[in-house]
Amino acid sequence: MTYRIFGILAFLIFAPLLGGLLSGLDRKISARMQGRIGPSILQPFYDVRKLLSKQFIIVNPAQIFLVISFLATVIVTGGMFFGGSDILLCFFLLSTGATFLIFAACITNSPYSNLGASRELLQMMCYEPAVLLACIGFYLATGSFNVSDIIQADLPAIIKTPGFFVAFVFILTIKLRKSPFDLSTSHHPHQELVKGITTDMGAKTLALYEIAEWYEHVFLMGFVGLFFVCKNPWSYVVAVVAILATYFLEILIDNTSARVKWLTMFKLAWGVTLLIAGVNLIILMVLA
Amino acid sequence: MLHGLKAFIKYYLNIYNKEGEKIMWMIPFLICFPFVVSVLMYTIRKNNVRNTIAYISAGIIMAVTALFVVQWIFAGSPVLELYYHTHTIDLIMLGAVWLLMFVVTYLSFKYRKRLVSLLSIIPTLMITYFELMGPEMAEIAHIRVDRLSVLMCIIIGLIGSLIVIYSVGYMHGYHHLHTEFEDRRYYFFMLLFIFLGSMFGFVLSESLLWIDLFWEMTSICSFLLIGYTRTEEAINNSFRALWMNLLGGAGLVVAIIYAGYQTGSLSLQSLVSLGVAGEKAAIIPVALIAVAALTKAAQMPFSTWLMGAMVAPTPSSALLHSATMVKAGIYVLFRLAPAMSGTQTGLLISFIGGFTFLAASIMAIAQTDGKKVLAFSTISNLGLMVACAGVGTPETIWAGIFLMMFHAISKSLLFQNVGATENSLHSRDIEDMHGLIYRLPRLGAFMFIGIAGMFLAPFGMLISKWSALKASVDTSNIMLVIFIVYGSATTMFYWTKWMSKIISYTDTEIKVRDITKKDELLSLFIHAGLMIALCLLFPVLSVVYVEPLLTEMFGVATAVLPKEVLFLLIAIVCFIFIAPIMAFRYATTAKVRQKLSYMNGINVGNNKEFIDSMGENKHLFMTNWYFAHTFGQRKLMQPCEWITIAFMIVMLCMIIGGAL
Amino acid sequence: MGNVKRSPWLLHYDGSSCNGCDIEVLACLTPVYDAERFGIINTGDPMQADIFLITGGINKANQAVVKQLYDQMPRPKVVVAVGVCACTGGVFKECYNIIGGADTTIPVDIYVPGCAARPQAIIDGIVKAIDLWQAKADKMENVQKELNKLDKLEEKEKK
Repeated sequence: MTYRIFGILAFLIFAPLLGGLLSGLDRKISARMQGRIGPSILQPFYDVRKLLSKQFIIVNPAQIFLVISFLATVIVTGGMFFGGSDILLCFFLLSTGATFLIFAACITNSPYSNLGASRELLQMMCYEPAVLLACIGFYLATGSFNVSDIIQADLPAIIKTPGFFVAFVFILTIKLRKSPFDLSTSHHPHQELVKGITTDMGAKTLALYEIAEWYEHVFLMGFVGLFFVCKNPWSYVVAVVAILATYFLEILIDNTSARVKWLTMFKLAWGVTLLIAGVNLIILMVLA
Repeated sequence: MLHGLKAFIKYYLNIYNKEGEKIMWMIPFLICFPFVVSVLMYTIRKNNVRNTIAYISAGIIMAVTALFVVQWIFAGSPVLELYYHTHTIDLIMLGAVWLLMFVVTYLSFKYRKRLVSLLSIIPTLMITYFELMGPEMAEIAHIRVDRLSVLMCIIIGLIGSLIVIYSVGYMHGYHHLHTEFEDRRYYFFMLLFIFLGSMFGFVLSESLLWIDLFWEMTSICSFLLIGYTRTEEAINNSFRALWMNLLGGAGLVVAIIYAGYQTGSLSLQSLVSLGVAGEKAAIIPVALIAVAALTKAAQMPFSTWLMGAMVAPTPSSALLHSATMVKAGIYVLFRLAPAMSGTQTGLLISFIGGFTFLAASIMAIAQTDGKKVLAFSTISNLGLMVACAGVGTPETIWAGIFLMMFHAISKSLLFQNVGATENSLHSRDIEDMHGLIYRLPRLGAFMFIGIAGMFLAPFGMLISKWSALKASVDTSNIMLVIFIVYGSATTMFYWTKWMSKIISYTDTEIKVRDITKKDELLSLFIHAGLMIALCLLFPVLSVVYVEPLLTEMFGVATAVLPKEVLFLLIAIVCFIFIAPIMAFRYATTAKVRQKLSYMNGINVGNNKEFIDSMGENKHLFMTNWYFAHTFGQRKLMQPCEWITIAFMIVMLCMIIGGAL
Repeated sequence: MGNVKRSPWLLHYDGSSCNGCDIEVLACLTPVYDAERFGIINTGDPMQADIFLITGGINKANQAVVKQLYDQMPRPKVVVAVGVCACTGGVFKECYNIIGGADTTIPVDIYVPGCAARPQAIIDGIVKAIDLWQAKADKMENVQKELNKLDKLEEKEKK
């Protein structure tokens, strides 16, 4: 129990720091890949500090409340995950959080914001199967949906669930809003729709959104790490390496691909999920 | 104190004695009373008088249902098996079957759909022959009261009566709006009450013969209600519904006769226990009844009738085609579930259900008509329940029962709401519901609650999905896992899309006159309240009611929700209700400056119009995505039907071949 | 909040420019000049921008647009007029449809001359703008502090 509370507290305190650092790392590495020096690794913190200091502007009064609800939901989701509870419920709650974000974008009247919201919704439809299947993969590999049980397994889950892992990393590109699947909002200013879902967020609201993203990224990376964790303490080192490698891979994909159309994204995401995670599912279920 | 109260009620109402004869006057009352009222409805042609009687009767049905449930609970929620000697009633029922046959034959000849009548004539002749000339059957109870049937009674009694109250107001507005249709409200209300009575009869019956009669009655009520407006489309659709349901009924008749000859008993429960014991004689009847239930639950090859049924006035859509009648199919499948678990029949049913869940939810994406979306989502959710029944483990039945409760309330709410919205807005297109929450605040809010109940955490749909997913993994049902995983993604898509339309912010100054009547609002309000109460109370309900129900059904005690998940759920429920409220309070106190929405700076001082390239003001209008070319019904319906038909035929051949 | 100058976000608006200055503005964001190392981001969104970079003169069609974009930016904000057209109207000044430089419509803080303005000049202008922006932020913070103090006093008096 103390262990769980420790996990939750650690997440609440360190997740924004880690998330911000990851994001800074992302920008730095991206810049280097493009032959630039790039911003400081602490740049995301500077940005959020600045955004918080600005005048509080809104387009629709309900925006603040929806974005705060989004932030709170994401934090609770991550807290549940690092507190060792049920992963399936974590993702159910996360998708409720995502709906708050979508509502925050579609209650304004900007076409960009609305388009971003629609696309975000589409992205949710694309990644949802892979996410749920990944949870099922854990259940098949370790016999439990609970994080606290999964980390007590004798062998890391990845041995039995490589297909689920590949599918999850594939849709992670969507979740991290990386090109080629950054349809709803982008980190790069060279896409056809850049701000998308965040268009009508004023500076302060955007800061909340950014913080929520940090929390979410740490949660997702934790989920990636979960594939590698087992009883053996050394597995945590492997997990950290795997997380960093996955993150690097996402940055690489981000910098080497161009945005695709929705139908391509939809077909790819569902197809890859069905093919790779599905085959893994069949193998695990038939062998079990 | 409580004990004294209990004793008082027991004494005062003389509820329960072991012989089970004198007690529970409510059971025959609930079945017969609606029929009496329906005669009144037909004979009274004065709207005011009829409306008053409809209100009172709905109130009486609700009160008697409540009384029945309370008494039954105070008696210790026993399983009651009643009415062993019913020779006369059986003959009356046979007469009723013939009456139904004449109605169908007459109408099918009148509208030149003569072939349909065969589906009624042949089964009727068969069942008559069997009953009069067939072998002597074992003496069985004809009525069975247990937790499942009481639950169904609550759903029918509560939601059904609310819908009756709602439809009094609705039909007034409907005929006001559609003057082209003949005002036949007496006929409409007659059918509603007949339907309620036969639904009560259906869920309380234990004898397969009685079940068959009530089954046919609901089919024909639905048929007549769909054809209410007598337009060509309505008539065609009503006949489609009729032949599909009659086909199911024919399957049921074959199953009954086969079971009668092979097992010598016409009790559903004994059939199920034979099936659980693995008796060969039970395999075919169980499979046939299950397939018959698929027609009623509008599963894939038979789902077009439900789509066509949407031409009927909204209350009948709510009552028949979403809240109660289609649940009859689910109810039968739940009853059969222990016998289907792990068999080929179970595989067939779970495949069809899972496939329908996915396919219908994909097709729902492409619909712009609110009622059609509701219809597709009904089919889709029923599919999930059917799949749960097909897997047939305690976990899935648990999930299925919660799905059924949530679905009954929220769908009934949504159908009524769309109907009321249509009366005020003169459209039920989702695109016209832009910013509904500002224009028709009450209806918009109710619609929002209803939709949230269908898919968002913490509402029960999600946790049921959790349980269904876990159980289908446990039983190694690979196809079902994939169907659920993909289907829940598409389900989320079309619901969120609709919700975002309701709250989007345009044209808010175009006020629409809300002509929703008080009785409609009352019904909506109670539904919304029930929805929220169910969401808050469902862990309690699970422990107090549904888990004992599973014990009753499977004979073993099962705690479906692990304690940890239960606590987590309660925490999530609290969080989801509290966090937005706190955030909202903060939002109202924060010092903010409101700005215009970003439209490249070309909006004309407000968020509704922009300057086009000719320098003129243009109205901004944004629509949702529907992807009709990718997910459209036209493109997907036929392939899906062929897949399910092929699968069903192959599986049925294997099941019947294996049993013979 | 103190130091905000590490993350200036730009809003770039093209008035009736010949696109020369716009190309130069974009050139600043290329790897050669790499404006992002100062935390500069070319955000396309006024609601999140700090520095309004305007190129080209103001004409009758875009005057309202410029006004609205400026209004949508949250305080503190700085306006930089890039190129001679944005500063004064430039060669188009006498055209029938041109009203003049950006300062005819919104208050301009920094003028970057040139036709077209060179990237070095643009970066120099932005660096100046950043300092000004920091000063404005500090001032805003002080004012806010004063206001908060007054609020507290008022509350005390009420009690």
